[in-house]
Amino acid sequence: MQSYRTKIFEIALQLLVERQVDAVLGFRRGTIPMMSQPILISSPDEVDQLHWDSFCSSNLANYLPRRKDRVAVFAKGCDSRNIILQILENQIKREQLYIIGVPCQGMVDRRKVLAALDGREPADVSERNGMIRVSGWNFKENFSRDEYLQENCAICTHRNPVIYDELAAEPTNEQREVDRYGDIHALEAMNDDDRWQHFEEILTPCIRCYACRNACPMCYCPTCFVDESTPQWLGKSIDPIDTRTFHFLRAFHLAGRCTDCGNCERACPMGIKVRQLTKKLEKDIKQLYAYEAGLSLDEPPPLDTYRPDDPQEFIR
Amino acid sequence: MTDKMVKKADLNELLNRLLEDYRVFAPVRRGDITTFQQISAADEPDFSCTNTILSPKSLMLPQSECLFDFTLEKGSDMAGIMREIDKDYSPRVIFGIRPCDAQSFQLLDLNFDTSPYRDPWWVRRRHHTTLVGLGCNVPCSTCFCTSVGGSPFAEDGLDLLLTDVGDEFALQAITEKGEQLLTKTGIDTEPSAATAKAVLACKESALGLMRSSVPTNNLEKHDATALFNADFWDKVQFACINCGICTYVCPTCWCFDIQDEVRKNNGVRLRNWDSCMSPLFTLHGSGHNPRNEKLQRVRQRFMHKLKYFVDKYERGVACVGCGRCVEQCPVNIDIREVVRLMNQFKV
Amino acid sequence: MENPYLPYPVRIDSVITETEDRNLKTFKLVFLNSEDSEKFVHRAGQFAELSIAGKGEIPIGIASSPTEQGHLLFTVNKVGLVTSALHQMAVGEVMGVRGPLGNWYPWEEMDGKNVVIIGGGFAFTTLRASIVYMLHPENRSRFGDVTVIYGARTPGMLLYKDELAAWDERDDIRMHITVDASDDPDWKYNVGFVPTITQEKAPSAEDAYAIVCGPPIMIKFTLPILSELGFPPERIIMSLEMRMKCGIGMCGRCNIGTEYVCNDGPVFSLDQLGQLPNEY
Repeated sequence: MQSYRTKIFEIALQLLVERQVDAVLGFRRGTIPMMSQPILISSPDEVDQLHWDSFCSSNLANYLPRRKDRVAVFAKGCDSRNIILQILENQIKREQLYIIGVPCQGMVDRRKVLAALDGREPADVSERNGMIRVSGWNFKENFSRDEYLQENCAICTHRNPVIYDELAAEPTNEQREVDRYGDIHALEAMNDDDRWQHFEEILTPCIRCYACRNACPMCYCPTCFVDESTPQWLGKSIDPIDTRTFHFLRAFHLAGRCTDCGNCERACPMGIKVRQLTKKLEKDIKQLYAYEAGLSLDEPPPLDTYRPDDPQEFIR
Repeated sequence: MTDKMVKKADLNELLNRLLEDYRVFAPVRRGDITTFQQISAADEPDFSCTNTILSPKSLMLPQSECLFDFTLEKGSDMAGIMREIDKDYSPRVIFGIRPCDAQSFQLLDLNFDTSPYRDPWWVRRRHHTTLVGLGCNVPCSTCFCTSVGGSPFAEDGLDLLLTDVGDEFALQAITEKGEQLLTKTGIDTEPSAATAKAVLACKESALGLMRSSVPTNNLEKHDATALFNADFWDKVQFACINCGICTYVCPTCWCFDIQDEVRKNNGVRLRNWDSCMSPLFTLHGSGHNPRNEKLQRVRQRFMHKLKYFVDKYERGVACVGCGRCVEQCPVNIDIREVVRLMNQFKV
Repeated sequence: MENPYLPYPVRIDSVITETEDRNLKTFKLVFLNSEDSEKFVHRAGQFAELSIAGKGEIPIGIASSPTEQGHLLFTVNKVGLVTSALHQMAVGEVMGVRGPLGNWYPWEEMDGKNVVIIGGGFAFTTLRASIVYMLHPENRSRFGDVTVIYGARTPGMLLYKDELAAWDERDDIRMHITVDASDDPDWKYNVGFVPTITQEKAPSAEDAYAIVCGPPIMIKFTLPILSELGFPPERIIMSLEMRMKCGIGMCGRCNIGTEYVCNDGPVFSLDQLGQLPNEY
C-alpha cells in the first residue's frame, strides 16, 4: 500500500502542477479507523492529503455525474466500470476525465472486522503483508486481509481497471476460480413462498434512509421515483410494501448497469444484503444477453438499447 | 434520593417485576444489530452494546406514526373529518438507555413541548415513560458527550441510573418517577461501601477513557450569517452522498413529514421521520427550492444543530455527542471536525 | 390537551373562480361546529393549514378579514397535489382548517400610521384581509392614508375584481391598480409593472409602513424603490412562503436560520430578514 501511496502522490502532483486537470478526485485518511473520505483537491499543496489503503472502498464514480470540469479520478476495477457506464449514459464525457487506474486487491470490510472484535474498539489499524493489525484498549489482533474482504470484493473478477489513462501499479492477477452466484443459486432453489419470506426478512430492518441508492454511482436520476410527488408512486412510511417496492424497483433499474461495486451494502447502516437483488439481475442479464456491465465503451447496457435479436420470450 | 444495588444474577427478577407494572423497552440484539424493542421476557435484553445503531428516539417519535384516521365513505357524517386515535399510554420504562440518549429527549422537549403549542403524542409519551439509564463504563471512541454538556454517567434527564460495577448494578434514583419504579422493583439492598466506591471509580475511569473532545465555546459568539457564508462548507459537503443516515441515527434530529395514505375508503394521516438531506424536504409547489444544492442541505444540518439551535434556545448545541453519525456515515463526514471548523471560524 | 394537528371540520360554502386562467379560486368555508368558529380568532396576515383528507395539508394565507364574521376565505392557486384536489371540490363538501397560524402584520405598530400596500399576482390574499380590516368603520380612523398598489399580468388575472372597483370608488383609500399589459380598450387603470407604478405614484414614506407581497421578481425590484422613497427596512413588511407541514414550528423544514417561517413568521420586516441567512 505504501508503494501505491507514493505513486498516487506523484501522479496527482504532476497532473495538478502541469494543469492537465482542474482537480483530482481521491481519498483522504478517515477520522476513525478503517475509514476513508472522498476528497477533491485542486491545488498541488493539498496532494499530501491523498491516501490509499484497503478501506478506500467508496466508489469515486459516484462523484462524477454532471461535473463540468476536467478531473483526474482514481479508479479501482469497479469504479472504472461505472465510469464506462456513466460515459455510455452521457453523465460525463471521456475527455473530461483523466483516469488513474488502481489495480485492486479487494477492499476490507470494516464491519466484518468490527464484528470480529465483538465490541472491543479499534484505536489503531495498520496493514502489512496481507495482514490487518488492529490494536485498542488492552488488545492487539491480527486479521488476514483475504478473510475480511467485502463480499463483493471476494468474488470480484475485474480487479484491474478496465479503462484508464495511467496505471498506479502493475496489473494484479484476476480471480478466476470464484463462484459469483453461490448465494443466488440458493435463492433460485427456494420455492416462491420461501424466497418471498427470505426477502421480507432481509428487508425488514430497512429505515428508508436511501443510503444504498445515494451511494450507488448508477443511481443518478435527477428525481428518483421514490421522491416523485405527482403522482406519488409510493408511500413514505416504513410500510413493508413500500420498502419492498423501493428495493425491488431500484434493483430492476440497475439490471445490466450494476457492477457489483458493493457501495450500497457498504453504506447500509442496517446491514441489509441489497446485493442479493442486484446480483440476481446481474446473473440474468449475463445469461440472457451475455453482457457484463461496464467492460467496454462500445457496448451499452442491453436494456438501454434495442436489437431485433434480443431475447423476448418473457414479454409475450 | 435513594441508592440500592442488585446482583447481576438477580437482574432478571427485577425485570420480571417491572414487566408486571410497565411495558418494558430495552436494547435487544438480533444478529449484529442491537435496537430498543419492547420485551416480553427478562432474558431478552442485551446490555453489551454501548451505543445502538439507532437511538431510542423512535420510542418517543416513531419513524412512522398514525396521527389521525378518517373515512371517505360518501354519505357518512364523518367523511373527510380527521379523528383522533386511541393509543396505549400505559406506563412504560426504557431500561438501559444511555445518558446521552436521555439528554436528547430533554433537548427535543424544547421543540415539542412549547408554548402555545404542545405536541400531544410527544408530551404524553414523555409523561408516561420512566427512563432507567445505564452509565457508560467504556465510552465509544467516537463519543464526545463531555464536550456537549453530558458525561458517561450524566444524571440529567434520567429517572434512575444504573452503574455496572462488575457482579452487580448500583441503582440510583434521580427523580420521583425513579423512586416509584425502584419501590415497585422491591429491591431493598443498600449498596455496600465497596459498591459505592466502585461506582465512583467507574465514573472516574469512564471520564479518563473519553477519547475525543471538541471545543464548542465560540459557537454562540459567532455571527450566524457570517458562519452561514463561511468558505469551509464547500469542503465539508464534498463527500456527502446526501443519504439520510446521519439524520435517522441521530437522537436529536426530529424533523418530520406529514402524509395521508388511503386504502379504498379508509385513510390515515401519518407522521414520518424526514431528513433535511433530502431535496424534497424544502421543495415548494412552484418548483422553487431554497435548499436545492447539497451544500445548502449539509450546511443546514450542521448550522441547525450547532448554531441556530444554540441561538434560539440558549441551551447549547442540539447534539449529545453520541457519535452515531460519525460511526455510520459511509463517507466519514465527522461532526467533530465540523464543530472544530465552526468553532475556530474567523471572518 | 388541545391537539394542534387536528383540523376543524368546515364545509365549502361557495367557490368563486377568480382569474381568467381558472387557476385561482376563492373558497368560502363555514365551520361545522360553532364553537370551533369562536375559537378561530385571527389577525390579518396569518395563515391556516387547509386539510383535505387523503391528500394532505397546505398552508394558505387567510383572505378574509377578522371583521368578516362567520366564515373564512381562502384564495388558492392550483399548483400541487392538495391544491389541485381542492380545486376539484364542490360546494357542500367537507374539509378541514387548522389555525390560525403564524404571526400577523404589525397592527399594533401601524396604529396611527399611513399604510402602503403593494401586491402582485395571486399574493394579494392577506392583503385583501388587511384592506377589508382597515376599511372597517371601527378601524378606519386608527390609520392614516391607506394606499394600495396592486398589479397582475392582465386585467383577467386580478383577484377580487368587484371589490377592487368598489374600493377605487371610495375616498378613504387610494387605489393604484395596474396590469403588465392589456388589450382591453376600456381598461381605465394603469399599465406597467408594480415597481414602475410604485416609483411613479411615489407614496410618501413619512410615518408610513409598506406591506409588500408578490412574486420574487416583483419584490426584488420594488424593495430598492421603497428604499429610495425613504422607507427604512424596519417599516418594509413582507410575508414569506415556505414548504410547511406542521405549521406550528415543530416539523423543522421552514426555517430561515433560527426563525421558523410558520411560527416566527410568515411576516418579517426587511430589517429582520437582513439579519438572517439568505436562504428562502
